[in-house]
Amino acid sequence: MKTIPPLLICPLLWLAATTAAAQSGRDYITVVGSSTVYPFTTTVAEQFGKTGKFKTPKVESTGTGGGIKLFCAGVGVGHPDIVDASRAITAGEIESCNKAGVREVIEVKIGYDGIVVAGSNKSPVMKLSRRDLFLALARQVPDPANPQKLIANPYKTWNQVNPELPAEKIEVLGPPPTSGTRDAFTELVMENGCTNFPVIKALQGSDEPNFKRVCDSLREDGAYIEAGENDNLIVQKLQASPKILGIFGYSFMEENLSVIHGSPIEGVVPTFDSIASGQYVVSRPLFIYVKGAHMDVIPGMRQFLAEYVSQRSMGEEGYLADKGLIPMPAAEVTAVRASLQSKLEKK
Amino acid sequence: MSNSVQQTQARVAASLRRRYRAERRFKLYGLLAVLLGVSFVLFLFGAIIAQGAAAFRQAQVTLDIQYNEDVLGLAGERTPEALATADYAALVREALRARFPDAQGREGGRAALRLVSNSAAHELQRRVEVDPSRIGTGERLTFLAGADVDQFLKGKIDRTLPEDQRPLSDQQIAWIDALREDGALRLAFNRGFFTNGDSREPEQAGVLGALAGSMYTLLVTLVLSFPIGVAAAAYLEEFAPRNRWTDLIEVNINNLAAVPSIVFGLLGLALFLNFFGLPRSAPLVGGLVLTLLTLPTIIITSRAAIRAVPPSIREAALGMGASNLQMVTDHVLPLAMPGILTGAIIGLARALGETAPLLMIGMVAFIVDVPRGFTDPSTVLPVQVFLWADSPERAFVERTSAAIIVLLLFLLIVNATAAVLRRRFERRW
Repeated sequence: MKTIPPLLICPLLWLAATTAAAQSGRDYITVVGSSTVYPFTTTVAEQFGKTGKFKTPKVESTGTGGGIKLFCAGVGVGHPDIVDASRAITAGEIESCNKAGVREVIEVKIGYDGIVVAGSNKSPVMKLSRRDLFLALARQVPDPANPQKLIANPYKTWNQVNPELPAEKIEVLGPPPTSGTRDAFTELVMENGCTNFPVIKALQGSDEPNFKRVCDSLREDGAYIEAGENDNLIVQKLQASPKILGIFGYSFMEENLSVIHGSPIEGVVPTFDSIASGQYVVSRPLFIYVKGAHMDVIPGMRQFLAEYVSQRSMGEEGYLADKGLIPMPAAEVTAVRASLQSKLEKK
Repeated sequence: MSNSVQQTQARVAASLRRRYRAERRFKLYGLLAVLLGVSFVLFLFGAIIAQGAAAFRQAQVTLDIQYNEDVLGLAGERTPEALATADYAALVREALRARFPDAQGREGGRAALRLVSNSAAHELQRRVEVDPSRIGTGERLTFLAGADVDQFLKGKIDRTLPEDQRPLSDQQIAWIDALREDGALRLAFNRGFFTNGDSREPEQAGVLGALAGSMYTLLVTLVLSFPIGVAAAAYLEEFAPRNRWTDLIEVNINNLAAVPSIVFGLLGLALFLNFFGLPRSAPLVGGLVLTLLTLPTIIITSRAAIRAVPPSIREAALGMGASNLQMVTDHVLPLAMPGILTGAIIGLARALGETAPLLMIGMVAFIVDVPRGFTDPSTVLPVQVFLWADSPERAFVERTSAAIIVLLLFLLIVNATAAVLRRRFERRW
């Protein structure tokens, strides 16, 4: 009689009390989105939290698509304020945003990221082109005997793809389809590589869905190995089996130069300078999207954005460059700042 | 007659040998299985401890700092705004330049500044803001060294590699050697690992935030799942009628115990976040989701423990005039408590190691501030392990293993508490 009823009632009362108190307000910024942009936004968040009068923003790594879904779910303290994106937001996503009442979405470009095809330092450098990579990794390629016909990828070794490459088995570790890095890789490498072949180029424009399918589909016969989202794992596997190549973001290569190197693509080695100057072709812009309606609701939004676009963070020698972000040229940084400024003042 | 006895004896003797052999073989298989299990555990722990032990020591560098007004760019001003925006990193740079005259120019200054963690500038800012009269004076202070220096001292960076394949230049390595000879650069106990929250700079990253998050989450889980689970088990065992409905409930509880944990995360997202509007990333929600996860385990083990109490105890209590409720609360539950506690601890230990359901409710996040309550954003220890394992910086590798060691210790403490409690409640009949 003494123990059971209070035991039952206590948690319920306590739950009711905390529920009521929980959602009265939020005094920190919430960021969701791309795992590629995550290392950069977290760095800015930490610096912002240390120097300013505001709490450190909370940054979640949800992937670009998942992040935009959360971001576009609505306006109010229960929804994120900023989304990290490793690609530009699509028209469809803007539409779903608008439907949920999120009307003002401010785009801020933060810099560039390179995607590298890396190999172990124990094996020789492979000089690749986008055409080689397409032939090695696509699910369907033009039949060498009859170039008008597409067949399942028959190539087993690199020298079958291009006689200048070594006679090693084709084995490439890369990200799964859910990853933004994979999207960027297929867009920048595969879709360019496949236009080298007249039969596929003919599809472009005339049969766009089929063109996308042929160009974007990667092999599933073991030559392309999906290695999950953990890029550190790919680096470790490259160390263990030096004949394999790996596909991942430039920042992971930069941290591991003692064990791996980036293969030159179209004759250009991926370095900080070659990506920044645009010579290295496999690079993409990174963005953050900001919810205009939250600008004066969540404390510190303006100051956080100011920190993000400041010279000491995204400038050529800023701390984001130390973390592997490829900064924009000075003129572009000025343009980004000016456009952000004008959008903030309009409010 | 004697012939058949002899035949039987011979048959028995032959089969006896065979049966003994079979028993010896079986014991050998069992022993091999145990040895295999133990060797896996030893290998796992050995690998983690070998890798993580280095993270408990951290390189520190001692510098003579001069609070020079011109270097700070203050020009006589002492307002809080001026003090907040002064260039404190320049103080560190000048201290390094005073020590190494060859660190000239922009590049030299940058290279030298990389030896010291960027937390040094924040610490100097704090010191000046607390006491502005420090400006114009000097003092000797110890700072965290940069992560690359730390890894170099621990032998993780090979100095024989070509210069472009390692993060430190020849010049920086020469500086490090000089500082080490003076005793100004050394490895010391890494206190920050236990007092800091997460950080993007490996040398400043700590587990306190994740540890606090884990504690808040587990507290919510314990406070909710233990009473609810025990009450459900007691009702089902002692009060509920046996019919189709209770059979259905029993089957469902057993099924729930086997549901993959991510499903509970999705349920938590739909129910607690979207319907009740609780905050994302809060230990409160994490605890609620993990309560759903642990309840079936607690109910099943509690029912088994209650069932194991001999019926004679119940009959004696009822015979002495106790009501059903008195019989349960005063006699059955106390006697079943050791078994119930074991079940609760197994459930909690599982909850402590979960990451998948927390992914859905936003607890996989970068959080610097140590949570101070049940609705502050926070993360938990296994998630911290996951986040660090995914970070590009090399110095996070050893911190990942160190966080695993902390997680294992935490688990050990929980289990030891359970063992002590069980011993105290233990009764024999």
